[in-house]
Amino acid sequence: MTATGIEAPRTPHVSHRRKRINLEKWGWIYMRLSGVLLVVLIFGHLFYNLIFPGNVSALDWAFVAGKLANPVWIVWDVLLLWLALIHGANGMRTLVNDYAHGRFRTVLLWSLGISTVVLLVLGTLVLTTFDPCLAPTENADLIAACTAQE
Amino acid sequence: MAAVLEAVDNAPADGAAAPVQAFTVTLIVRRFDPEKDSEPYWQDFDVELFATDRVLDALHKIKWEQDGSLTFRRSCAHGICGSDAMRINGRNRLACKTLIKDLDITKPIYVEAIKGLPLEKDLIVDMEPFFASYREIQPFLVASGKPEKERIQSVAQRERFDDTTKCILCAACTSSCPVFWTDGQYFGPAAIVNAHRFIFDSRDEAAKVRLDILNDKEGVWRCRTTFNCTEACPRGIEVTKAIAEVKQAVLRGKPDVPKK
Repeated sequence: MTATGIEAPRTPHVSHRRKRINLEKWGWIYMRLSGVLLVVLIFGHLFYNLIFPGNVSALDWAFVAGKLANPVWIVWDVLLLWLALIHGANGMRTLVNDYAHGRFRTVLLWSLGISTVVLLVLGTLVLTTFDPCLAPTENADLIAACTAQE
Repeated sequence: MAAVLEAVDNAPADGAAAPVQAFTVTLIVRRFDPEKDSEPYWQDFDVELFATDRVLDALHKIKWEQDGSLTFRRSCAHGICGSDAMRINGRNRLACKTLIKDLDITKPIYVEAIKGLPLEKDLIVDMEPFFASYREIQPFLVASGKPEKERIQSVAQRERFDDTTKCILCAACTSSCPVFWTDGQYFGPAAIVNAHRFIFDSRDEAAKVRLDILNDKEGVWRCRTTFNCTEACPRGIEVTKAIAEVKQAVLRGKPDVPKK
């Protein structure tokens, strides 16, 4: 005499929501951590580029070339690029999730993802393979260094 | 008895007490009758009111004296049942707690149904999606011990979740949330507040289950800390703070409940 088809009184609750893989928690943590790091990285970047040389017009090809000769600045800029771009893209993703629906959302998310990857690859390529002798410059030190290289 | 009543009636005429000043207030109510209208529309009503009246009294006057078809929910009329949350001058409030004297009556008062839930008629919305989210977070005490004696709790432990016990489920917070407006799947502030009430209760044993439910794509991470919910809450619950505490609890894997 066993009852069949009747749930036991303590049957656990069955959720009606679909359980999906979700990285929202990690996205949220990433935004906080990268945000803190970006405050340091961005203000360091602005200070070194704009205030440290004395005037804004000092920022030219030769200045950037000199900066990127130092591996510390390459690491700094690569970090800045990756953290800021992914931070921004994730922010855009949350906006898209909030306000776009259906096919429109899919299209926006894919174009956002693709443009982010393209920008990351291009930016990293430029930073790691930068050659100061590619463009004309009036900086005497740089001309000397480049002609010596040839 | 009749004499007493007469005396009261005559009192203002005698000049013993100045009559209470009444104002003509214009209410513009967003009407919708699904059997007649294809779209909601705004309708004006002029109502004689005292400064001490509430918006609910104005709606009553309209319904009883001008247009009996005006439809709205109300039950206790004293800010406890949570039936008459509506959008008054663009802000979610309880009609029974909004005094006419606190509104600018030189301009019309706009009254409409709360947003983000399906409109059924006039000021009534379908609350089912709201309560579905509420049920999802298991809003009841889960304790394994046999209820043979009291479940003792210290003052500090009770204090921990005191704020979120005040919720009356009026939906003013959830229907003021811009994330909820565009995404009805989001649990919404009210469900998270009621989860907070049990997650941070030292007697409860299902905090992990609730944290797992709220660590969802449509859970606490959708909150953008807009603070609309905190501003809308007629009970003064610090809703956004409660949501932030649940986020912290999800990150730690357990709630921050006082040991004793």
